Amino acid sequence: MVTVDARGLSCPQPVMLAKQAIDKGEFPIEVLVDTVTSRENVRRLAQRLGLKVQAEPSGDGFKVTLDK
Amino acid sequence: MGPEALAQVLQPLKDTFREAQFPDLLVGLGKADDAAVYRLAPDLAIVQTLDFFAPVVDDGYTYGAIAAVNSMSDVWAMGGEVLLALSIAAFPPNLPPEIAQDILRGAGDKVAEAGAVLAGGHTMEDKEPKFGLCVTGTVHPDKVITKSAAQVGDVLVLTKPLGVGVITTALKQGLADPAHVDAATASMLRLNQAAARAMQAAGVHAATDITGFGLLGHAQEMAANSGVGLRFVLEALPFLPGAHEYAAKWIFPGGAYNNERFYAPHVSFAAGIPDETQLLLYDPETSGGLLIAVARERLAALEAELRNANQPYWVVGEVVDGDGTVAVV
Repeated sequence: MVTVDARGLSCPQPVMLAKQAIDKGEFPIEVLVDTVTSRENVRRLAQRLGLKVQAEPSGDGFKVTLDK
Repeated sequence: MGPEALAQVLQPLKDTFREAQFPDLLVGLGKADDAAVYRLAPDLAIVQTLDFFAPVVDDGYTYGAIAAVNSMSDVWAMGGEVLLALSIAAFPPNLPPEIAQDILRGAGDKVAEAGAVLAGGHTMEDKEPKFGLCVTGTVHPDKVITKSAAQVGDVLVLTKPLGVGVITTALKQGLADPAHVDAATASMLRLNQAAARAMQAAGVHAATDITGFGLLGHAQEMAANSGVGLRFVLEALPFLPGAHEYAAKWIFPGGAYNNERFYAPHVSFAAGIPDETQLLLYDPETSGGLLIAVARERLAALEAELRNANQPYWVVGEVVDGDGTVAVV
């Protein structure tokens, strides 16, 4: 499990970091974000790339899990 | 504020007066539009609007100028002429006074370019800067152009390219190509005045300006208010350089999702249009162009007026049967 902790970062940094992790190709990836916008940007990008995506509340933010 | 939240907030306002008691209020909240229009005399109505927002670019002068153009645009979207403006501003206590002066100078110069006057305003302290104008314009009461009178068979014309939202979001993180920012800034700085005059000269049915609710949000409002459907041809829609690139990187501002959530039930896309292109059409614009519905037989006249004014334009679709629906094909 690769973890990308993008909490505290403002958009679009979380989605940029998530994309870098996806490009490395090590799955599954867990992306932690604070905001709905970051969650949606990561979720929709991953869906578009044909990945399996699961988003759930985690602490004060969200955890988005990406897998092939 | 997103469209859903805004509708909720405005609801009580509608209960504070009965429109029937104000027959001279030609455009109010009944069918929400870009600005309020109030008849003062048989041949004169005032167009009143207010808009302000947080900075979209780094440079104070340019920010003030864009905010001013964006605020005045609501008057032009109603087919009016701008007469007078007042500024509304919030500046952080630690903001250097030169920057606040730059913001006001940028606004004043744009109001002057429109042949109007920035005559005063109100300023308060707040952590995040905010700036905009309250604008008074005029229009002949019989020549008000609302977004409620588009007719089936009309042609849709757009006067600025799309994509400001993703480009300014990229800029905030220092990720934007300066050439893309320059093109977006030039687009935001362009007055919709020439387009408004062209509409009045040619005669059109309806218009609105494309701002925070994105192309599809504002189009849906025109469709709903007019009781028709709008049909856009994707290949005909203009985009700023870089817009597709940032959309493909999925760096959308939150407003794009708010707009999508609120308007998507009324919007359909042809198969094969990529998800990020769909979202790009919901992306909030700042100081966007006019979306005009013109009768097919008046299109040539409108095009001639726009060309004579050196105003870029794109024919992007048509008005079809429908009930507040928008299709992208």
